[in-house]
Parts: sequence; C-alpha cells; structure tokens
Amino acid sequence: MSASISIPILAHPTLAAPDSRRRYFTPGMLVVTAIAAIGAAAWLFRMLFGLGAATNLTDAYPWGIWIGIDVATGVALAAGGFTTAFLAHILHRERYHPLVRPALLTAMLGYTFVALGVATDLGRFWAMWHVMLPPFWQPNSVLFEVAICVMCYLSVLYIEFLPVACERFIGRVHLPGRLAALNQPVDRALRFADKTLGRFMTIFIMLGIMLSCMHQSSLGTLMVITHGKLDALWHTPALPLLFLLSAFAVGYPMVIFESIIAHRSFGLPGERDLLAELGRFIPFTLGLYLAVKLADLALRDQLPRLLVADYDTRMLTIEVLFGVVVPILIFSSRRLRAQTRWQFLGAALVVLGVAFNRLNVFLFAYSPLERGAIYRPSVSEIAVTLGAIALTVMIYRAIALNLPVIEQLHDDHAHHAPRAHDDVHLTVLAAVPAQTIARPITPTVPAAETPALAGVKE
Amino acid sequence: MNARTSSQITPKSGSSVQAPTDTSRRGFLKAGAVLTALTVGGKALAGSGADGAAKLSEGRMGVLVDLTRCVGCRRCEWACNDANNNPHGKLEECDDQSVFATLRRPRTDQFCVVNATRNPLADPSPADPPIFTKIQCMHCEYPPCVSACLVGAMQKSPDGPVTYDASKCIGCRYCMIACPFERLTYEYDRRFTPRVRKCELCLHRTREGKLPACVEICPVEALQYGRREDLLRIAHERIAAHPDRYVDRVYGETEGGGTSWLYLSARPFEQLVDLGLPRLPDKSPAERTERIQHAIFKGAAGPLAIAAILTTLHFLTRKGGHA
Repeated sequence: MSASISIPILAHPTLAAPDSRRRYFTPGMLVVTAIAAIGAAAWLFRMLFGLGAATNLTDAYPWGIWIGIDVATGVALAAGGFTTAFLAHILHRERYHPLVRPALLTAMLGYTFVALGVATDLGRFWAMWHVMLPPFWQPNSVLFEVAICVMCYLSVLYIEFLPVACERFIGRVHLPGRLAALNQPVDRALRFADKTLGRFMTIFIMLGIMLSCMHQSSLGTLMVITHGKLDALWHTPALPLLFLLSAFAVGYPMVIFESIIAHRSFGLPGERDLLAELGRFIPFTLGLYLAVKLADLALRDQLPRLLVADYDTRMLTIEVLFGVVVPILIFSSRRLRAQTRWQFLGAALVVLGVAFNRLNVFLFAYSPLERGAIYRPSVSEIAVTLGAIALTVMIYRAIALNLPVIEQLHDDHAHHAPRAHDDVHLTVLAAVPAQTIARPITPTVPAAETPALAGVKE
Repeated sequence: MNARTSSQITPKSGSSVQAPTDTSRRGFLKAGAVLTALTVGGKALAGSGADGAAKLSEGRMGVLVDLTRCVGCRRCEWACNDANNNPHGKLEECDDQSVFATLRRPRTDQFCVVNATRNPLADPSPADPPIFTKIQCMHCEYPPCVSACLVGAMQKSPDGPVTYDASKCIGCRYCMIACPFERLTYEYDRRFTPRVRKCELCLHRTREGKLPACVEICPVEALQYGRREDLLRIAHERIAAHPDRYVDRVYGETEGGGTSWLYLSARPFEQLVDLGLPRLPDKSPAERTERIQHAIFKGAAGPLAIAAILTTLHFLTRKGGHA
C-alpha cells in the first residue's frame, strides 16, 4: 500500500548507530523479564492451587506482603500521578508538564497492578464483581470506600492517559491484515475521544485528585479498626490523615526517583534542574507530615516510649529518621538538591521510607493475639510481588519507547530528522525501537525503508 | 505543529499551547458541576448506610459462661464439632487433657476450644485448680467484622448471632483483621472456594427450638443460653449472692461494645487475657472507624471540600499561570 521511496535516512546518526539503550531488551531488561516470568509462574501456581499452597498466610496473619506491598505500598507510590497533575494542571505550573505524563503512566500501571494484587489475594477472586453491584454494597465498610475509589480512579487514570495514545495514533492507525478495514473507524473514534476528552479533561483531573485523597486516606482508616493488634506507635485515629499527608509527600520524590532512572536507562540527559525545582516542595510536604506525626505521637503520650529501644520504637525511628528527616535535610539544601546523585538519594529515601511506613502499619507492627504466631512470606508470595514490580517496569519501558511520554525520548527525534515511518503495526509496537514511531513533522514525508522496519511494509 | 496534539494533559511546546481560556473556564464550571453531582450522589449512598450499629431486638439471645463451674471436660468442643459437621472422635476422647498443654484457638474444623490457665496434667494439685475458658466467636453487639465486610457477607442478626454468608464473600479477609478477639478462621486450603468459618451460635439448631449444642451438652451448667438481658441480670445476681466467689465484673457486658457471650469468673479477667479474653475498651473498634469514615464522607463533606479547594485553586492560579 504505502510507497516505499527511500530517502537518505540511513545517514542519520541515530539510525546509523542506534543507541543500544533505546532498544527494548538491554541486559538489565533481560533480568527484569526473567523476574517477571518467575512471578508469572508463581502467580499461576496460586491461581491453580489456592492461597494455602502458595502463601504462608494464617488465621493470625490474614494479610501478607500482597496487601502490605502490592496494595498498600503500591497505592502510596502511585501518588506521583495526582500530585503532579495538581501542580501542573490545577496550579498551572506549566514548566512541570514534562513530569506529568511519566507520573501518570506510573500511576496508571501502579493501580493496574494494585487491582491485580488484590485479585490475587482474594480467596474468592471470581466473586470480585460483587463489589460493583449495589445490592452487595456495605457503605460502613472502610474497605468498600477504598475499593470503589480505587476502581473509579483506575478508570480515570486510563481516561487521563488516552490523549497520549490519541497523540500517537491519530492519522497513523494501521491495523494488520483484515483488521485494516477498521483503520478508519478506529481513527475516527480516537479523534472523537481526543476532542471530547480535551474539553472535559479538567474534570477528570480534579476527579482523579479527589478520588486519590479519598482512598489514600481511607487506606489508613483501614487499620484503625485493628484494636490491640497494631502497635500504639502507629495505631491512631489520625492514620487517615497521616496516610494522606505521606501520600502527598511521596508523590514528588517518586517522580524524581523515576525520572532519574528512566532518563539514565534511555541514555537521556535528564531533567536535573526541573527536578531540583520540584525538590523545593519536598521539605514542606514532608515537614507537614513529620509535624502531624510527631504531634499525634505527643498527644497520645507515645513520645516517651521512644526513649526505650525495643522492636517497635526501632522500626519507627528508622522510618522517621531515614524516610523523613534525612530527606528533608537533603532537599532543604540548595546545593545538594541541584545534584542528581543527591536528588536520587533523597527521593529514594522518601520512597523507601513511605514503603517502610506502610509495611510497619500492615505487617511489621501488627502483632496478632495468637501467641507465637509468625508470618514469613513464602517463595511464591515474594516471587509474585517481585514479578509484579518487574512487569510494571517492562510495560512502562514498552510504553515509554512507543508513546510520547518522556519528552526527551521523543523530542530529539522530532528535532533531528523528518520522521519517516508511519506504517507501524500496533501489534509490533513493543518490539519496535523508539526511533520508528516518533511523530512526523510533516505527514507528507514519504515512507522510508530501513532494515529495522522489515515487515512493516504492506 | 499539529493542532491535534493539544491534549490538555500536556501542551507540548509553546506553540501548541492553545490556552483556550474560554473552553477552560467552561471546563472549570463543568468540573464544579460534575463533581457536585457526583458527591451529592455519593451522599445519598452514604446516607443509606446509616450507622453500623445494627437494630438489635430487645430479646436478642446470648450465652452466659460461669467459669467457676467449668471443669474442662471439653464436651462442648465435641458437641460443637458434631453440630457443625466438623471432624470429631468419640465423646470419651474429650477426656484427654493433654491438649491443655498449649493455648489453642478456633480453627476451620473446630469453632470452639477450651483453654486452661495451666496444664492440669503437669501439676494436678487440687489446691490450685486451673481455670478453664471456652472461647468461640463472641457475637459482638456491634461487630467489627460486619462493619469491615465490604459486600455484606457478615451480618449481625437482630436476635444476636453474627452470621457469615459465603455466597456473598469475596475472600478479602478484612473481617479477620478487624476481629478484636481474633476468632475468625479461614479455609486457606480450599483452592477456589475458601470460606470464613466460625461459631454461628447454632442458628440452625435454635431455629428449630433446640439449644446451642455446647449449652445442651454441658454437664455442669457452666453454659446458659437465654436473652442477653436476662443473662446479664442473672450474672449480676450471682455476683451479688456470692461476692466471695466472683470478681465483680461480667466480661462481655461492655467489652468491645458488648458481646452476646458473657463470662463470670473467680479470678480477675486480666489473668485470662491469654486464654482468649482480651482487654478491650467499652466501645466497639468499629464505632471509631465508622465515626472517622462518616465524618469524612457523610454529606459528602470531605469530597465536596476537596472539589471546592481544587476549583478555587484552579481559578485563582489561572491568570499568572499561562505564558
């Protein structure tokens, strides 16, 4: 169908010597893929043989790392999505726009895996749909609120991400084989979606922030009901507020953390100055969290306990010192926050700190009444959790390479050369190098034939 | 540049930012309207839930356990297993007192167990007889498991029992996290259809006018089934009649907001914590969570406040924001 007129594109440096890091499978990615494959096998094992066979969960410990890490930590670390959207779209800080899409993608994938994590953990996963039907609803349940909000927010995230797909595919829908007949309708649908969504996007962004605030806090309320089991250092009616504030606080560090990893992984210069600017907010968000946390401990007469070193006070000290205090110091320093390595260290500490907090609340500081009961995650549980993280990375990379998410990854192609190739099949997207799918400057540039694109021609 | 790249999510470069103030303002107004509509809808929903405290019948039933009478014969365990189709041996096997060496808890195949303050076999001196305590689901007046369950699989019957409906359950096990007595057990080993298992106060027997199996078999009348109200009166009368014999407290009268199972003891209940009678505040843990939850969501106050703040900020920062 498409004309294959060759233009001297092979002379272009990026195509003549393609940067190996922008290929999908790097050595690192092979490791990630292997972890994901092991995780998938463990997941299958759980699905076929049940929770008893796959997990070390007991009557004393009904929740393990699938809830503590995949769900509770997953939701918290996806907070970059709504906090960045708030900055860029509600407060109109336009310069942060390059950070919005990567954060949105992380949130979208993060929540997708939260949903999968929940489904994996449910004893009767096949009855999940009950949650969606009003006759089953039990509005006094905190978990009900969390479930509904997470489902709604997941949908909102996909809607928020749709314009990215529209940008990539409008005018370039080329379905393979017989599906080609659908090219026109799909294209029209995308155009319609793009136009409509563009008009309503503010609503979805606000809705997303609202839903996030609601369930981030409710996730904390979840554990308020655990009387006598969760240690008093964490068990407080202020848990919802603390969860919300720590979600606010972890949003930007998560964005910084990812941005540095992603740009390095793709061999891009990175966004150091922008991240330094974003880092200015962190002492305030983290500081507010710290103040409320300390005030809560003081009001409940728990502060004196910290003078005595035991298991729980040690856990809290590690959590607050390394996850909150040290990063506040790092990001308060103009000199330190201007350097990528300090940005990375500070952000990683906050991310780990909030993860540690969620684990404390859901696992480490939770001691059942049953004497001598212990929980050590099984090999399958660990494999599934690591696999989910690996799969998130894999999908992130595939999307980042193929859709306009990371600006530096796609902008430089647009600047360098006329983008030749429109004819990329949807089905081969994941395997096609990034160069092939950047936007054309002019839609009239004829299609070129390059070795990398064998099989693309029709 | 392509006009179509002007998705609102990321105006790419200066030239493609159309900054359609008109559209945005309309979007902002629409946002406010839609969020209001949604939250008002949510309000109707939250309102319909009312409060978690179930409407309890005046004549709701319960069981009074007089620990001073219990001799640890474990006939109740046997009868419970028998009534609930759980595996069990011959009645005489209950006389095996070696089980008291460890503290036990209800399991998926045994809904009630008797624990002892010390192993009677280790030191059978009659001067210091062990205290035996039968434990099972306490059938709270304001049950946290019912409050926790998002699909209504746990229900508090107005007549007293807390029941579980496997056909509604999705298997999240939040009820188990919520239970302040940690009495719920889960069939992890069932591949596809695991259930929560617990005492249901022999609902299937009481419906037919029979006594709960444990109460019926108890040879020393340590267990008494009746209206909770009456049981509380009887309990206090017994304490008043024999102040030397009982501590002046009925466990379960107020613990965790009150339970259907009530306990009388010669020893302070603080000494029976490990046996399965934890110290609990007078209010149900569910009450606090629900208060927090309803404070945030009743009248959709929280979400509306967020919507208001967002729309205000969106509007206020509008002018300075655009290049």
